[in-house]
Amino acid sequence: MSDYQDSRAAAPRTPGEDARGGVGHWKTYAVGLGLALLLTGAAFAMAGTTLMTPASIVAGLIVLAIAQMIVHLIFFLHITTAPAHKTNILALLLTFVIILLVVIGSLVIMGQSNGLMMPMDQLMSRQR
Amino acid sequence: MTTLDASRLPFADPPHDRAADRLGATGFGFYVYLLSDAILFASLFAAFAVLHRATAGGPTGPEVFKLPGVLLETACLLVSSFTCGLAMIAANAGRKLALTGFLAITFALGAAFLGLEVSEFTRMIAEGAGPDRSAFLSGFFTLVGAHGLHITVGLAWILILFGQLWRDGFGPGFSRRIFCFSLFWHVLDVVWIAIFTFVYLIGSQP
Repeated sequence: MSDYQDSRAAAPRTPGEDARGGVGHWKTYAVGLGLALLLTGAAFAMAGTTLMTPASIVAGLIVLAIAQMIVHLIFFLHITTAPAHKTNILALLLTFVIILLVVIGSLVIMGQSNGLMMPMDQLMSRQR
Repeated sequence: MTTLDASRLPFADPPHDRAADRLGATGFGFYVYLLSDAILFASLFAAFAVLHRATAGGPTGPEVFKLPGVLLETACLLVSSFTCGLAMIAANAGRKLALTGFLAITFALGAAFLGLEVSEFTRMIAEGAGPDRSAFLSGFFTLVGAHGLHITVGLAWILILFGQLWRDGFGPGFSRRIFCFSLFWHVLDVVWIAIFTFVYLIGSQP
């Protein structure tokens, strides 16, 4: 806990971040909104384009979504890498790990089980 | 963003403003709740990802999704996130008129989003693409419906905030409540990014 005190003494709070814990300035929100609108527009334009192969469209959409989520975390939720935000960042990272485990784990396990299933026509004929 | 800060906890040496203490602790607790909510959505996403090809001969994503409506929903939610941030700034500056206005705009945009979503759901059910048609559609309605339910709760929360503002006026209690509400609303927007990308945009690729 002492490193909190040190870092806070060394680096005073940024302007716009008041004692109540960083509400932000309207310009921060305006920049965030601009970036988010830009990324959303790019995503919808990319989904409708015929200039890219389907696989590259999917990859591009995922990249745009991750970029927009980071924009929201920084400009709307004010999550930064400042030392005073260490607890928040750790909780966020743990959540990411759990989310990745749940989503990727489900996809891998269900994909494997699906591969082990008897083909549907065989299953039907055995049930008769 | 509030943090768990030792100097703000009740047992710390320097006596601090108790209201600020409560904002720090409540803010962090609410933040942890929101992270657990994100995990709930992640499991619904996982279910949808597993089931999205199981259409049982019924309609597929490209057949039922109408992207212009989704773009409009996204715009509503994005701008409402912006006005929600402005409402919180107005609350901290003690500007009651601006706060009321921005909260009202946030409510109107949230309600517009919900209206668009309900009309999309009723159109799909009328087309025979209801949640009972296939596993894909069950997963879709569960995931998107859970988000819509959260938005509904958020709208009710705005009305409660108006009631508290009218009854008690400004104060540390109100700052804490609107801070938690804005966290909630911004996180719903982040969840929506994942929904429009993975469900609608990728789901409507042929």
